[in-house]
Amino acid sequence: MLKRVHFKPSYLPYLLVTPQIIVTLVFFFWPASQALYQSLLVEDAFGLSSKFVWFENFEDLFSDDLYFGAFKRTAFFSFMVAASSMSIALVLAGMADRVVKATLAYRTMLIWPYAVAPVIAGALWLFMFDPTLGIIAYVLDAFGYDWNHKLNGGEAMFLVIVAAAWKQVSYNFLFFLAAMQSIPKSLIEAAAIDGAGPARRFWTIIFPLITPTTFFLLVVNIVYAFFDTFGIIHAITQGGPAKATEILVYKVFNDGFIGLDLGGSAAQSVILMFIVIVITVIQFRFIEKKVEYQ
Amino acid sequence: MIENRPMVTVFSHVVLILGVLLVAFPIWITFVAASHDAIRVTQVPLPLWPGDQFFINLKATLMKGGNGAAGRPIGLMLMNSLVMAMMISVGKIAVSLLSAFAIVYFRFPFRMGFFWMIFITLMLPVEVRILPTYEVVAQLGMLDTYWGLSIPLIASATATFMFRQTFLTVPDELLEAARIDGAGPMRFFFDILLPMSRTNIAALFVILFIYGWNQYLWPLLITTDQSMYTVVMGIKEMLEDAEQTPAWHIIMMTSLLAMLPPVMVVIFMQNLFVKGLTDTEK
Repeated sequence: MLKRVHFKPSYLPYLLVTPQIIVTLVFFFWPASQALYQSLLVEDAFGLSSKFVWFENFEDLFSDDLYFGAFKRTAFFSFMVAASSMSIALVLAGMADRVVKATLAYRTMLIWPYAVAPVIAGALWLFMFDPTLGIIAYVLDAFGYDWNHKLNGGEAMFLVIVAAAWKQVSYNFLFFLAAMQSIPKSLIEAAAIDGAGPARRFWTIIFPLITPTTFFLLVVNIVYAFFDTFGIIHAITQGGPAKATEILVYKVFNDGFIGLDLGGSAAQSVILMFIVIVITVIQFRFIEKKVEYQ
Repeated sequence: MIENRPMVTVFSHVVLILGVLLVAFPIWITFVAASHDAIRVTQVPLPLWPGDQFFINLKATLMKGGNGAAGRPIGLMLMNSLVMAMMISVGKIAVSLLSAFAIVYFRFPFRMGFFWMIFITLMLPVEVRILPTYEVVAQLGMLDTYWGLSIPLIASATATFMFRQTFLTVPDELLEAARIDGAGPMRFFFDILLPMSRTNIAALFVILFIYGWNQYLWPLLITTDQSMYTVVMGIKEMLEDAEQTPAWHIIMMTSLLAMLPPVMVVIFMQNLFVKGLTDTEK
């Protein structure tokens, strides 16, 4: 934590931490406390006066079917994004780990979507699935399937999941590949000598040994799907049609900036903060323990 | 190679190539759409092969922008994105280097208090506290400025933690030697610690540049002045216009331009990028 050898106490360390502490106080602690405070207020329709109502906003939220719907939707969305991007990445990493000479070349060609902004990823997939113009919508049409994510909520959800997962495959691939490459080759060789084929070696040696990475990625992917997919949804569906893709973060934005329900939006922010704290604690526990079953 | 199974190797390559194609397909479509003229990209089916309008579209996009009300030169937006990304990444690195230095190399009252204050910010991404943060920035008169775009995003625990880890691996003997030679704290910081952390700083810069460049919700909220728009949010506005006047060739060209800088950074500084990713997640 602290160096054994360190400098004599003086005013200097205070000066050094000042910039970070000021920014933290002004842009983290103050807004977060404001969110807490506002979540206990109700404003009138014109935003002229506000009334202290204790936990009424939270009670409203928990008895609100729309909010409960957004919760379930977010859970489904996160699960689908994490499951699809992680399984595709796992397969690709398993293959890339095998082709020793070409691993780096494949890595280069697979990791760059990480750098694409979510809203741009949204624009790309929107263009391909555009009901009148999109190339994939056209192909689907040729097979007799009438694609229209602007009307069909299930299709809209599918589209945002695909766009979100596409962007995340590269990240998962990178971590799976690194984990696989750190497994001692002697283990794999021993299994091969004992006659285990590639598939069997993968499931009995490689997959169990990368469990810590899998858990870590699961948490990271869920956080990603919860918070970093705002741009994708904003670009493709704006939460529609009929709120079919309105996840929690989008609802905070929508209720606060568009609906101007400040108290309700703040209460949702507080719940989200709570979720983030729980996820962070879980993540730290896993990292501390380094889950390994071997 | 553990055993000689050519079929499995061939199969691996086939799967990987399919994966690469799947990942790259949206970009190919983007590139194709960006190289045709306005009329061709409204005819179904869309082409799968590039046209000859690429440079004409490029010029139109940089100088003039999209159709209709959103018609603004993209060049300016690219500039704004660059300034924002640079301010965020350089600012974050500078601020975190200093505070990590203080926390690792000094013993002073409230040291752990400061440490926990920084630590807790890990838990509050900007998305969950947008409304109140927006109000603070508005009260400080920082709407529509580069400061407002970047400063609220430069405090982060991740960078501070990473530098803390780095500093802890620096041998104590170096500090002892420096002190014997009469170096003060700042001299030690600039002449020994900074040069030793070069690679870590570079790796972090790559990650932060991508993070800064791709910011979306924050610029969307705090900029109303069109001369402050960043390219990532410019695309969203063009998409809204696309409902009436589709200018997909310009939108796709803008998408290409907007993703080019961060993608180039990832590809050409791949090792730093991978190092940065794994360092910041520890």
